[in-house]
Amino acid sequence: MLNFLKSTVGRKYIMGITGLVWMGFILGHMAGNMLIFLGPEAFNSYGHSIVSNKILLYGTEIALILAIIGHVTSAISLTLENRAAKGTRYAVMPKGEKASTWASRNMGAQGSAILAFIILHLITFKYGAHYETTVNGVVMRDLHKLVLEVFMKPGYVAWYVVCLLLLLFHLSHGAHSVFQSFGILERKMQAPLKKIAWAYAAVVAGGFLSQPIYVFLVNR
Amino acid sequence: MSSDKNNINLKLKVWRQKNSQTEGAFETLDAKNVSPDASFLEMLDAVNEDLIKKDKEPIVFDHDCREGICGSCGFMINGEAHGPQKGTTVCQLHMRHFNDGEELVLEPWRATAFPVIKDLMCDRSALDRIIRAGGYISVNTGNAQDANNIPIPKPDADEAFMSATCIGCGACVASCKNASAALFTSAKITHLALLPQGRVEQDQRALDMVAQMDAEGFGACTTTGACSAACPKEISLINIAKMNREYLRASVLKKEELSGGGDG
Ligand code: HEM
Ligand code: SF4
Ligand code: FES
Repeated sequence: MLNFLKSTVGRKYIMGITGLVWMGFILGHMAGNMLIFLGPEAFNSYGHSIVSNKILLYGTEIALILAIIGHVTSAISLTLENRAAKGTRYAVMPKGEKASTWASRNMGAQGSAILAFIILHLITFKYGAHYETTVNGVVMRDLHKLVLEVFMKPGYVAWYVVCLLLLLFHLSHGAHSVFQSFGILERKMQAPLKKIAWAYAAVVAGGFLSQPIYVFLVNR
Repeated sequence: MSSDKNNINLKLKVWRQKNSQTEGAFETLDAKNVSPDASFLEMLDAVNEDLIKKDKEPIVFDHDCREGICGSCGFMINGEAHGPQKGTTVCQLHMRHFNDGEELVLEPWRATAFPVIKDLMCDRSALDRIIRAGGYISVNTGNAQDANNIPIPKPDADEAFMSATCIGCGACVASCKNASAALFTSAKITHLALLPQGRVEQDQRALDMVAQMDAEGFGACTTTGACSAACPKEISLINIAKMNREYLRASVLKKEELSGGGDG
């Protein structure tokens, strides 16, 4: 099994599994955050219910940390090896089908921005200002207030928009590549899968984008 | 069949490199009065005739069958492996696809595992070593069997045949931004794994061929699809998915002492 994990094919399985873990998480995270449209009580109660369930909370956190470590380490090693394998680049770049997409060529750069985003995101929210509120007699963290505060800052919203667009591209390529890496692709699934990947990427990125934009433009 | 197009003149920017030790550079050459019926290699033959008459070194390029079946030929034309026509080797590419006055940039395959030997010719023996690692059937199968002696489902036979059409030209590696040999290797693995004769050694083959592919210094697949688009035999990306599956299965099933190790 060690040989498997060291091989190019094996490391693509790691990238894929860890990518899928995060893909599942961000879809759920995005959907949950949609409660911001329903107002502070729904949003805060949802947040409170998550942090109250310690098994779910720590389980998810551990899975996500392990996954991102696996994803980033195999991303770095593969990207470096791939560059070395190519060596000299061509004087003329191909167009059309024989070219690679912008998204696929820049997975590493998009990923690095996403990593920076995740870290900053945790600092801002998870470890950010601790306000309190009471919903139905229960004292809980007022994340809604913090979110509104943060999403009123144009700089932060702009950074959010840029990172989510990069995530859109990362997922548009990643979400179909992963099925190829896993080998669970059949001939007739190839074309539809590319569309499904884009649809998934658009739902996640669009959903996450709607929240800061809503706060920034509408909810002032 | 002669085409009704007139003869054309072209500017060629050709990669000239003495050997694998020296650095190369582009040289601009004229290809004059080229017949639209000539193949690309015939056009280069004519340019070489001129160079030889002028006592200059002819352009070196690989070729053999000139029928699109041997896999010897291949270089980049304006960034496209085997040139602009889909599903066609450069020996089967004809000059009617080009226009008078066009400038064509000719470069050898670029990959660390394919060192340039001279000009447009590079050393592709890394692919041979991948085949040597497992791209064969060990048992002596004797004379050809009677048709239908070994029943093979039609879909399997079709898939195996499509994979078997790979001619080992290396255009997939050349077109890949990671210089990955996944399309080539997977075509061989898939072809043999689908047939009863090949199935016997299916696991060992997947382990050994992937290990050799890595040992040769080819990159990993990132599913850009450039290989398949450039492949003169239009080998499908589906082969790579199948190779990954084969490799996972073999890694899980096989005992450690049997797992592959490249000799590179
Ligand atoms: C929300 C977080 C992320 C998600 C959901 C995600 C998802 C994915 C998926 C599904 C793949 C395809 C895997 C495959 O082809 O088998 C992938 C590939 C990749 N990711 Fe991520 N990723 C995330 C974060 C990152 C980070 C933080 C980095 C780097 C610092 C990164 C760098 C890469 C690279 C280099 C690839 C390889 C591209 C390729 O092989 O085509 N990703 N990602
Ligand atoms: S897969 Fe296609 S491009 Fe690659 S070596 Fe075989 S025939 Fe050539
Ligand atoms: S020379 Fe044989 S395929 Fe082109």
